[in-house]
Amino acid sequence: MTSILGIETSCDETAAAIVVDGRTVRSSVVASQADLHARYGGVVPEIASRAHVELIDDVIEQALVEAGTTLDDIDAVAAVHGPGLAGALLVGVSAAKAIALATGLPYVGVNHHEAHMYAALLEDLELEPPFLTLIVSGGHTLLVAMDGHGSYRVLGQTVDDAAGEAFDKVARFLGLGYPGGPLIDQLATHGDPAAIAFPRPMIDDGDNFSFSGLKTAVVQWVRAHPEAEVADVAASFQAAVVDTLLTKLVRAAEKYDFGTVVIGGGVAANSALRTG
Amino acid sequence: MLLLGIDTATRRIGVVLASENGLLGRVEIGGPEDRARPRHAEALAPAIRYLCGECSVSLRQLSAVAVGIGPGMFTGLRVGVTTAKVLAQTLRVPVIPIPSLDLLAYPLRHSRSLIVPAIDARRHEVYYAIYRPVPGGVQRDSEYELGSPDDLAGEIAARGEETLVCGDGAQRFAASFHDLDRVELAGAAHAAPSLSALAELAIARYEREEFSPPSEVLPMYLRRSDAEIAWQSRSA
Ligand SMILES: [Zn+2]
Repeated sequence: MTSILGIETSCDETAAAIVVDGRTVRSSVVASQADLHARYGGVVPEIASRAHVELIDDVIEQALVEAGTTLDDIDAVAAVHGPGLAGALLVGVSAAKAIALATGLPYVGVNHHEAHMYAALLEDLELEPPFLTLIVSGGHTLLVAMDGHGSYRVLGQTVDDAAGEAFDKVARFLGLGYPGGPLIDQLATHGDPAAIAFPRPMIDDGDNFSFSGLKTAVVQWVRAHPEAEVADVAASFQAAVVDTLLTKLVRAAEKYDFGTVVIGGGVAANSALRTG
Repeated sequence: MLLLGIDTATRRIGVVLASENGLLGRVEIGGPEDRARPRHAEALAPAIRYLCGECSVSLRQLSAVAVGIGPGMFTGLRVGVTTAKVLAQTLRVPVIPIPSLDLLAYPLRHSRSLIVPAIDARRHEVYYAIYRPVPGGVQRDSEYELGSPDDLAGEIAARGEETLVCGDGAQRFAASFHDLDRVELAGAAHAAPSLSALAELAIARYEREEFSPPSEVLPMYLRRSDAEIAWQSRSA
């Protein structure tokens, strides 16, 4: 039995978890800072970094307590070491290295994207590679083939904004607040996803993604139609993003011959994407 | 009593091991003349490991961890403070936070002048405070401040006393202090917060049992984030 203490501070959540044998989550403590960033309409790196320093020791302690374990029973300490916000990442990495120093346990730096892929293995205990992953969040839109454990091919990524970034920007433009994903998702349930035919950027154009044009299209359309129902705009924008993501994911699965696809990252919580 | 001290408030990464009888050793990496990208996050843990190895000390023997909490470089402080408090929490020992400006002033306690440490805050500003020598140490005679070198020069001139200015901020903006009467610059040996001061002051606090819970130990920033400043001025 191998127990890992994992620490994650790449963006605006301070998180620690205890996972056994790579599959069983004993505890997962996530301190969200969303409230601290809401008034700014996005994650402020300096504010995120400061909050991580305040929260990190309590979050780690709580992860151990909730798992009913102590560092004596941990085999290694891991931290996400990038990509992410540089000032935020180094808090989690410093904490993990400090524990490793004090205990003599090995420290393992983990790639952020790789962590998203392995998160799928925690949710579905039957899942094994090979599979195709779409990682969508505020920071990334990435299509990755996981051929085996530790073996990946990046097939496509965004050429401009990440999908989650587009949600945040459109939410801010619509005056909905932050974080944009859940707010648009919620509002969209009251709107008509077919009301406005927003573009599906690069939908027939390779395995890469582009979302900045879609955001611009939403802004221009709303300026031209100030009377429009905001819920319809939200639903139609969301439909354009989800349609683009799913169409490209399904096509890539056929093209690269994958029977299993996995969606990870913050935007994976989007209800339309889950049902789509 | 065995203490590990860390100060990463400036470009200098400093680690010290000490007992009540004096220093066991120290490691210093980087400084004002080091032009490479600051690398606190990469270098601090190996520096601690190296120092402990060379001194044949296991971290499990520590009685306390002390840390310079700034003000200074934000990323450096976050690495130092996080490392110190998580080490202390893991080892179940107290953590002793000490302002890095105090660590610059303390080694100059035998002078008869005012002591003014200034740490480079970038954006043409310095963090500073004004101290007076007192028997056995120094006493702070101002708030911990952030201001331009000229603000500080004005404050020193207004006091009209013999003054000794130190720290990497004083070195960097030496020109601001050159023309002041009765003001002397302390020189390169006093550019970074003193590790022996950290050990000495922290051991004294340890003996007085002046500890802080790890979660309350935080960097002293003095400067708010740009986003907060912009927000404040917008809502004002
Ligand atoms: Zn992510």
